[in-house]
Amino acid sequence: MADAAAHDGHDHKPYHGWVRWVYSTNHKDIGTLYLIFAIMAGIIGGALSVAIRMELQEPGIQIFSGLAQMVYGMNGDAAIDGGKSMYNAFATAHALIMIFFMVMPALIGGFANWMVPIMIGAPDMAFPRMNNISFWLLPPAFILLLTSMFVPSAPGAFGVGGGWTLYPPLSTSGQPGPAMDLAILSIHIAGASSILGAINFITTIFNMRAPGMTLHKMPLFAWSVLVTAFLLLLSLPVLAGGITMLLTDRNFGTTFFAPDGGGDPLLFQHLFWFFGHPEVYILILPGFGIISHVISTFSRKPVFGYLGMAYAMVAIGAVGFIVWAHHMYTTGLSLDTQRYFVFATMVIAVPTGVKIFSWIATMWGGSISFKTPMLWALGFIFLFTIGGVTGVQLANAGLDRSLHDTYFVIAHFHYVLSLGAVFAIFAGWYYWFPKMTGYMYSPVIANTHFWVTFVGVNLIFFPQHFLGLAGMPRRTIDYPDAFAGWNYVSSIGSYISAVGVAIFLYCVFEAFQKKRIAGANPWGEGATTLEWQLPSPPPFHQWEQLPKIK
Amino acid sequence: MPACAQKCRTVSSAPFLRREKEYGLNHLETVGIPVPALFVILVGTAARDWETKRAMRNFLAGARFLASAKFLSACAAAAIFAGTSAHADQPVEWETTFQAPATDMMRQIEWFGNYTMWFIVPITVLVLLLLAYCIVKFRASANPIPSNTSHNTLIEVIWTVGPVVILLCLAIPSFQLLTAQYTPPEEAKLTVKATGNQWNWDYEYQTDNTLAFNSAILQDGDRAKAGKEDRGVYPRLLAVDNELVVPVHTMTRVLVTATDVIHSFAMPSFGIKVDAIPGRTNETWFKAEKEGLYYGQCSQLCGKDHAFMPIAIRVVSDAQFKTWLAAAKTDLPGANKTLMAEVDGQNKVAAAGN
Repeated sequence: MADAAAHDGHDHKPYHGWVRWVYSTNHKDIGTLYLIFAIMAGIIGGALSVAIRMELQEPGIQIFSGLAQMVYGMNGDAAIDGGKSMYNAFATAHALIMIFFMVMPALIGGFANWMVPIMIGAPDMAFPRMNNISFWLLPPAFILLLTSMFVPSAPGAFGVGGGWTLYPPLSTSGQPGPAMDLAILSIHIAGASSILGAINFITTIFNMRAPGMTLHKMPLFAWSVLVTAFLLLLSLPVLAGGITMLLTDRNFGTTFFAPDGGGDPLLFQHLFWFFGHPEVYILILPGFGIISHVISTFSRKPVFGYLGMAYAMVAIGAVGFIVWAHHMYTTGLSLDTQRYFVFATMVIAVPTGVKIFSWIATMWGGSISFKTPMLWALGFIFLFTIGGVTGVQLANAGLDRSLHDTYFVIAHFHYVLSLGAVFAIFAGWYYWFPKMTGYMYSPVIANTHFWVTFVGVNLIFFPQHFLGLAGMPRRTIDYPDAFAGWNYVSSIGSYISAVGVAIFLYCVFEAFQKKRIAGANPWGEGATTLEWQLPSPPPFHQWEQLPKIK
Repeated sequence: MPACAQKCRTVSSAPFLRREKEYGLNHLETVGIPVPALFVILVGTAARDWETKRAMRNFLAGARFLASAKFLSACAAAAIFAGTSAHADQPVEWETTFQAPATDMMRQIEWFGNYTMWFIVPITVLVLLLLAYCIVKFRASANPIPSNTSHNTLIEVIWTVGPVVILLCLAIPSFQLLTAQYTPPEEAKLTVKATGNQWNWDYEYQTDNTLAFNSAILQDGDRAKAGKEDRGVYPRLLAVDNELVVPVHTMTRVLVTATDVIHSFAMPSFGIKVDAIPGRTNETWFKAEKEGLYYGQCSQLCGKDHAFMPIAIRVVSDAQFKTWLAAAKTDLPGANKTLMAEVDGQNKVAAAGN
């Protein structure tokens, strides 16, 4: 702390008040902004999902007609119709918020911004001002998306109800109102923010490593962010192009996706999933990096098969670009095309398996302490495995024929994202919270948060496998009465998870209230990366004397 | 439509049974893959031909059935409705598996689904056991001094090659299943065009004298008039006003398209799902094995009433179909009523017989 105070005395001292945050060019301050933003967006996105589960708790339409009445002032049949559209808008917003405004800001903007420069021995990011604009593009994007929920889309409907995949013609002629335009602009801006961030990370990692920090000595979290940044840089422009074409189809009379003008709705699906599939790896790869650090730290062992781990991520990233049409098996792709995508998709299981086994091998022979981050990491490995093996099932086009667009798919991708990426975020949060704030949280409250969440999310998503097998389609506000049982169980799980979020928030509050000093390295000798050599919180500018890497 | 012409596939004249044989894994040995060896290692059983696979499938289905909540509800249902089953295939409460197959294709999908379980469940259990072993054996109190091992080329090769071998075991029957789905065993005898609209389906029989009608969700107010008051047979959200009627044991081709936004034509117990895309005609086929009433739902988000555009297919005998088709061209509601009366009569006789 003495160091920090000394640094603050220089010219580069932080401004006071709001100026410090709005004008910030400091990677740690911007990372903190990202994390706060992600928590707020996560609460909103989570609330939307709880509303969805409340609706689906029982057959029939109970919640959304009333919500439409309250929010949009509709009555009678209009309220029921408005409620149906509102449900679709909630499902769409839940997905977009969780992907673009919760997971990505938390992992890439938050943890990567905070930790990558420190880990590679750099004083800051390569382009600090660009870092500032990367963050400050997000709040307007988020506001645009939230606003879209309150403006008309289709007659008698508010908010974008086309799903996060935005398939035309439902997103063009199907919803002529301004809601979709606002959502498209929101994604444009969020995408621009991510592209700028990606450029920043690639430049920083390639050019600003401390002497001796070769790429093959770089911590795995930095590796994961490097791969993620490349995925962002290569995939987001394709999305931007696709949604720009949507925008011109909607407003300027082009017919890229309109068959009556010679266009093809499937073209959009190819463009979207060329982005969309790398996107799911964008969401999970930084998590892989975090889990490697946590497992290694609490096993007091170096990561097993470091090079294999790094290049497995490179392989996942590369192959992730050539598997997109496995989201489109039922669209009428030719047999040969489907064969290819089945084959390519299955290949991804190999590097993913390498990672799972390497984590277990890292623990093997270790001296494991079960601190809170380790609990989340262990939960991650097991639940990600479940999501992974159902992914292998879905990769088979022949089997996907029956599972496509059912709740089985929902269960699958929530096991890899909600129970994968989100568990990794919490592992990272509890791992680095003492470093970022200087305070230690209460392990009891944090462990309670883990167990409540673990029970809750499994209760939500495991029964959804059964619903999918039995044929329940996705994205429906109501379902045949036979599906009532498992839906009820799933909804109960959702409420338990919501309690988990409340415990999380209390845990943070309690840590700041009690102000237990964490010390530079609360995790002991297993924590070997550079951030643990700095005081907690680190000085405003670190590594003014570059660290030497052996 | 050019898209249609392109998608209408050359139809193999192979008899239906041949495909079953091809589907057996002994076929693989001709391409030099030591399937039995792989199976001994990976599954612990040498499933070398269709019969063994069938037995394995039945065993699996039986074991999972006994273990499932479905078993209890099935017992209860059996006690209450002994013998009144009308083959109304629809989801049942607390179901944990696929709906009962009504076509050979769905049976193959179900078989392959169960087959994958033989790999993914052991893998998941293996990961769980390894984690549990590490947690117990290498906890700090039991193992205070951590090892420094961070490389072992042999084990890294094993856990790279192992998954490749497992994936190969999955891929081969998977490709056979996929190929079977795109290789109809015989020429279609009936072609129906299904056109998705927001939020109902148009069905058009491509017969000598075209029959076309609309099929929408059954409104509660219309139940009495349509004679569809039995909610067990005509469930909420699944029952429609006019079912698609097809003859049993008949190769049926479905051409699928849409007029406004993308929909998806799905029938779980038939093992078919194909998107209905404006400007494009997709094709699928089925050959129903059992008479009965089958339900599916639109499976692509299509707007406000996506949850309310069910698909119902009534499979009847050839004679019943012919009578219905002839009558339906002039009087659809009348033809449906007559058909329903006949089918209900049959079911009552069957019930009494039991």
